[in-house]
Amino acid sequence: MTFEITQARLRAMLPAISLVAVLVPILFLQPATLSYFGSSLLLNLAVPIVLATLAQLAIITVNDLDLSIGPFVSLVACIGATLLVKQPWLGALALAGCVLAYATVGALIELRQIPSIVVTLGLAFVWSGLAIVLLPSPGGTSPEWLGTAMNYQTPWIAAPIVWSALIALIGHLLLMRSSAGVRIRGAGGNPRAMRRFGWSLVRSKATLYGIAGLFGVMSGLSLLGLTTSADANLALRYTLLSIAAVILGGGEFVGGRVSVVGAVLGAITLTLAASFLAFLNISSDWQVGMQGAILIVVLSLRVLLQRGDRQ
Amino acid sequence: MSLQTPSETQSASVANAGLLARLKSIQAPWAWSFVGAVLVWFAIVIIFGFSIASNVAQTALVYGVFMVLVGLGQMLVITSGVGNIDLSVPSTIALAGVVSMQVTNGSNGRIALGLAAVVGVGVAIGLANYALIRLLRIPPIIATLSSSFIIQSLAITQGRQLPPPPSALGAFATGRFLHIPYIALAALVLSLLLGILLHRSIYGRRLSAIGQNSRAAWLAGVDVHWTRCIAYVLSSVIAAFTALLLAAVSGGASLDMGVEYMLISIAVVVIGGTLVTGGKPTITGVWGASMFLFLTNAVLNAVGADAGVRSIVYGVLIIVVTVAAGGKALR
Repeated sequence: MTFEITQARLRAMLPAISLVAVLVPILFLQPATLSYFGSSLLLNLAVPIVLATLAQLAIITVNDLDLSIGPFVSLVACIGATLLVKQPWLGALALAGCVLAYATVGALIELRQIPSIVVTLGLAFVWSGLAIVLLPSPGGTSPEWLGTAMNYQTPWIAAPIVWSALIALIGHLLLMRSSAGVRIRGAGGNPRAMRRFGWSLVRSKATLYGIAGLFGVMSGLSLLGLTTSADANLALRYTLLSIAAVILGGGEFVGGRVSVVGAVLGAITLTLAASFLAFLNISSDWQVGMQGAILIVVLSLRVLLQRGDRQ
Repeated sequence: MSLQTPSETQSASVANAGLLARLKSIQAPWAWSFVGAVLVWFAIVIIFGFSIASNVAQTALVYGVFMVLVGLGQMLVITSGVGNIDLSVPSTIALAGVVSMQVTNGSNGRIALGLAAVVGVGVAIGLANYALIRLLRIPPIIATLSSSFIIQSLAITQGRQLPPPPSALGAFATGRFLHIPYIALAALVLSLLLGILLHRSIYGRRLSAIGQNSRAAWLAGVDVHWTRCIAYVLSSVIAAFTALLLAAVSGGASLDMGVEYMLISIAVVVIGGTLVTGGKPTITGVWGASMFLFLTNAVLNAVGADAGVRSIVYGVLIIVVTVAAGGKALR
């Protein structure tokens, strides 16, 4: 059996290629990153970003876009740092309410045929507002069990890598291999066929938005477990980071074309890219700018490799 | 304006139907935000008295106008088709503000030079944004975000030891003609020009066409990319121009003076009734929505609501307006 390099294969391998493209210079600059300690330090913040990316992926699956995931993750962290510590039941209830709110919004978007960008933009204001009301100034504490869970040391391979791989595997099985997953992806791929088949698009969208909310909650809690205190602006950058990660992972804005494994790799690539900058000793003025430049370079790589595929 | 004819015939045909049905048949999405703004203003008159309300209106004509300006640019980009959005507005404001202050260097004689610099910054950013979208095929939301990071860094490097704005510019920013701030008049002139561009020129027709169906427009011979490119350039130029005025009003440019305008610029476009899927802009709606949001903000401030509550009200407003307006079947 020969292994031909076709466009389709290249396309599927693209997230891995981008990861290597970022990883190699890092290893070149800092060989110690390959060690257990080095990799866990470098990828420390990967788990919440991976989870937020999967939340975004759930929404991009139905051709929508979630502009509120960053503020939502911040809100969850704020709930975790205040309510969940003082009144665990109330905190859990609030988190469940958030997931429910997400699902409701999903149903609403389908029922009224309104653009998700605008509705989630409104939601972003709401989440931010709630987070500020809950926690006007940075602070709070992480529930003890959360810190313990996030600091758990896995044998052989650093915990963030293990968690990310596990999340990718479970997500892949659920969305790509299960019949429910196929049905849900169909809502993005061909909604008209879905409707004619008698499957409810409203239910599909509500489910996916609910799943997004669930991943958002997990992302917020894992972030809180790592930072041990919360802030209403803690994760605002996650919105765009998660969209970029999904796109980097081979997701498209149309047609329910997504890849769970790719998105997870994309999230890790972007996490690494941020650390890469720290190694380069760039002046602080250009830190932000280099992030933009890396994003552009990595995304244009995608276009270069896909060129033949598109024609 | 041409929209009134079908709506009149339509409302005549449903004259027997209920009032609600008749209101729904009015094809003027911009009217709602205006009604909202007027209602809120009357609420202020009733609660706080006329003198305070007229003060609030005066402030709205300065600070609300900045929302109008950034909204107008965003409106052009959103109109150019689904998925098109300009997230680089805040960093454009930062860079243009900083550059214009450096170029004018506080001297009245160099204001023209400053204006030219502002336009130059705007054109360069707009072209760069569209180059990323077109040449590298990056989705607009990510492209304009990535470029905004780079622009922000550029602004940081230029932002040290900023001279204050020239005195004449400061006088213009705070000056009034018949109680109406010059800034509001400037925005009005810009709105009129844009109105002519959108509704009375070939470019406006083309922009609407590519927004409604870019493939059909392309088949009809419209240069889709050039038309869209101009929308991005105009958006950046307007944002850059806003930066100059913002710096003049607040007595100097700062790197974070544009931060809040990213979400606001989108919010006023949407609440104003511009079709989010593209192809149908409304300038009047942007004004109505800006005044509405500014006045609501003023009321919330006056009753002592903190930033969190204000943000929640903003968000709920956006969602309620969108849900109430509903969408056409997109597919």
